[in-house]
Amino acid sequence: MILELEFVLGHLNYWLFIILMMTGLYIVVARGNLLKKIVGLNLFQSAVFMLYISMGKITGGTAPIFPVDMKIDPAVVYSNPLPHVLILTAIVVGIATTALGLALILRIRETYDSIEEDEIYDLEQIIEIREYKEAEANR
Amino acid sequence: MMAIVGIAIIRTTRLFAVVMLSGVFSLLSALLFVTLDAVDVAFTEAAVGAGISTVLMLATIALTSRTEAKPTRSNVLPLFITVVTGIALVYGTLDMPSFGTPDAPIHTHLVPEYFERIPHEIGVPNIVTAILASYRGYDTLGETVVVFTAGIGVVLLIGGFGHRRRDEDDEEDNV
Amino acid sequence: MRHHLILRVITKLLLAPIILFALYVQFHGDYSPGGGFQAGVILAVAFILFGTVFSLEKVQRVLPPALVHRIMALGALIYAGTGVVSLFVGYNFLDYGALAHDPEHGQHLGILLVEGGVGITVTSVMISIYYAFAGRQPIISDQDW
Repeated sequence: MILELEFVLGHLNYWLFIILMMTGLYIVVARGNLLKKIVGLNLFQSAVFMLYISMGKITGGTAPIFPVDMKIDPAVVYSNPLPHVLILTAIVVGIATTALGLALILRIRETYDSIEEDEIYDLEQIIEIREYKEAEANR
Repeated sequence: MMAIVGIAIIRTTRLFAVVMLSGVFSLLSALLFVTLDAVDVAFTEAAVGAGISTVLMLATIALTSRTEAKPTRSNVLPLFITVVTGIALVYGTLDMPSFGTPDAPIHTHLVPEYFERIPHEIGVPNIVTAILASYRGYDTLGETVVVFTAGIGVVLLIGGFGHRRRDEDDEEDNV
Repeated sequence: MRHHLILRVITKLLLAPIILFALYVQFHGDYSPGGGFQAGVILAVAFILFGTVFSLEKVQRVLPPALVHRIMALGALIYAGTGVVSLFVGYNFLDYGALAHDPEHGQHLGILLVEGGVGITVTSVMISIYYAFAGRQPIISDQDW
């Protein structure tokens, strides 16, 4: 593995955001509470956005907005606006999925009276066994 | 600082604190976006992440439960999966260009052409809005439809039709 | 209600600047960071704030849920309609050159309409999601928090 200082410093931002992503992924996989899973998913999403935006930054650049009178100075370096456009869409789609996920949590709470994954799984098993026994009895 | 917030979210069991910490995380990421010259994205992330997301999650907590149960399964397998995925992603980034180089492929492919065409074709100073609404307008139409669908989905699931008491869904006090 | 007095007064004072700021962000999306999405969220926050501090019935008297659901569809319709109008005149879908005598003016008009449609949709979706969540009967009463 190439371990020169310049290489490490140039890629450090990617690795830091990957650590944040893995934190979010760990919350989704390891915790059973449904609300915490959604928070972890949001964390993961935000880390992915940061990764993309950091790819678009140019050292010495500035925010991609022209001057108001549109007299563009060719010496000014603008940071890349394409990742900004994509991530803007992604943020709004992210909140749409979060809202739907929270609505689903509400309905799950009403049906099973809990939002812990393990308790819901056990309840589902009990319901299945009961239905199986009823089907057996009706035969 | 954000890693500290992330670890705090993992370890906290009171859900109210978890939601507040996620709001703090959104605010910190908005600050980071400003440092990375992405002002539109920072605006949206601050409004959406620290605003609407926090409000909706607080409403969900008020309607479901306040604490998290203790985890019953072991943490070894999730930790292993996380570490393996992280190593795979780091291996993938070894090929990527360094942070901030102006001649990476992402900067030379389509963007100089946009910079030249926007002044005389569209004449709008905000480049991000120009690309979002004009050059990539079809994607924005798709995004609007996604938001609309989410709104319809939530109304269908929960039913925001005003104060209609539906008797079969009345919650008893079974705290 | 003495302990909610400060909240009510401050909310009443803050509502007008919030709505003004949302309209500013919407219409200056061409010149400074902003645009339809941000403005839509900020405008929705004004109504959500009013509904949280005062009661849900009051905000539903101002904006009935049926009206909000119709505005949701109206915003998406405005956006798609701008594209379809270009089709009728003979250009491509969502080609803003069809909307005015001069392509650059057409672009300006098209961007204005499109961002307006997006802002309206996002506002009404956020408000209707809030109505849906806040309209549920709570399990735990306020005293137990």
